[in-house]
Amino acid sequence: MAELDTSSSGSHKKGPGVKKGKKLSTRIDLTPMVDLGFLLITFFMYTTTLAKPKTMEINMPYKDKNMTEEQKSKVKRSTALTVLLSKDHRIYTYAGIGDDPTKPPVLDPINITKSTVGLRKVIVAKKQEIEQLKQAGTLMPSDQITVLIKPDTNSTFKDLVDVFDEMTIDDVKVYAKVDITDQDRDFIKKTQEANGIQ
Amino acid sequence: MPKVKMARKSTNIDMTAMCDVAFLLLTFFMLATKFKKNDPVMVVTPSSISQITVPDTSIMMITIDNKGRVFFSIDRKNVGERGGAEARLGLINDMDEYKHLNLTPEEKYQFQKGAAIGVPFSQLKQYLAADPRLQKQMDEQSPGIPVDTSADAPDNELATWIRVARNNNPFLRILIKGDVGTKYPAVDKVINTLGGMKIFRFNLITNLEAIPPGTAAYEDAQKQS
Repeated sequence: MAELDTSSSGSHKKGPGVKKGKKLSTRIDLTPMVDLGFLLITFFMYTTTLAKPKTMEINMPYKDKNMTEEQKSKVKRSTALTVLLSKDHRIYTYAGIGDDPTKPPVLDPINITKSTVGLRKVIVAKKQEIEQLKQAGTLMPSDQITVLIKPDTNSTFKDLVDVFDEMTIDDVKVYAKVDITDQDRDFIKKTQEANGIQ
Repeated sequence: MPKVKMARKSTNIDMTAMCDVAFLLLTFFMLATKFKKNDPVMVVTPSSISQITVPDTSIMMITIDNKGRVFFSIDRKNVGERGGAEARLGLINDMDEYKHLNLTPEEKYQFQKGAAIGVPFSQLKQYLAADPRLQKQMDEQSPGIPVDTSADAPDNELATWIRVARNNNPFLRILIKGDVGTKYPAVDKVINTLGGMKIFRFNLITNLEAIPPGTAAYEDAQKQS
């Protein structure tokens, strides 16, 4: 029972009356099994999420209704850069905070850009300017660039994330998301007119 | 020239090796797979260079889709003492009590095992009692969880969700998942709601993208590696 009949001529000893069991090959055709295997692989490849989503940490400036004027942190005009996010993913920038209605921000062709690459140039230039002012002694050594991000109502979440990301890319330590003002909207309008954008 | 006689070979190939490879790969993908949670909405997240991975447990996720609708969920993975299914059950129990929703244990169980919630409190009972197909339909038509720019507004239901969830688990991390096309005012409402509750630190979910060369962050990364 335990031994396998391997010899092809062994059947003779059973005599003519005994039926010879047909010898089957032990080889199985594996093609359907491979097919099935690859089908399942395809399924798992499509459903799998190998890369886990990443996350970006954001700190908002502390805000309280009962805060007094003295408690609010002040931003130096010479170190500040305002970034406005507007329609069609356009980014507008100007130096300063734009809080003085008598001195509207200066129009400059550099201050309109459609990509963060353009914004990067502006930030790098601003950083160099601050370095020069530090060497001249106008600014304290501890002063650093401060970026105020003001998204307009017609900007998108992507614009916001892109600009936050740009702050990390350009190593800007101090930045904050601030509400947009009417003066900023006016600036956007004027810049659009000056550059012939609808 | 004498003709070389080619030996006729069988067209049958031994499939064993191929089969081995196929199943090896299959095993790998099966183990590596983590099934995507069926979110009520599809959200395409923007990309950033940030490399922090999203934690698995003790998270509160606020999803804003491209129409500005807000969905709320907390994790349901059973890791550690906090978070997981019990936390979800605790949240809905507290919410039921706080808002007098009169939920049945069955409806609470539906919440416990379900995904994100994107319906106002007025529709919550109906939503949890519905079968998955109807829930999907409701998700499509729902206006999302009502939000307001002020956290104290009575109709700011997102603020209520966050408050109750944080009462349950003060260690919840807050994640905001926005779509590429989400308009800023919708995001601003959520951020203002959080700000009104004195939450100034939260995470935004992004995809990974490469650091552009020649920048400050790129040089930093070069130095570290």
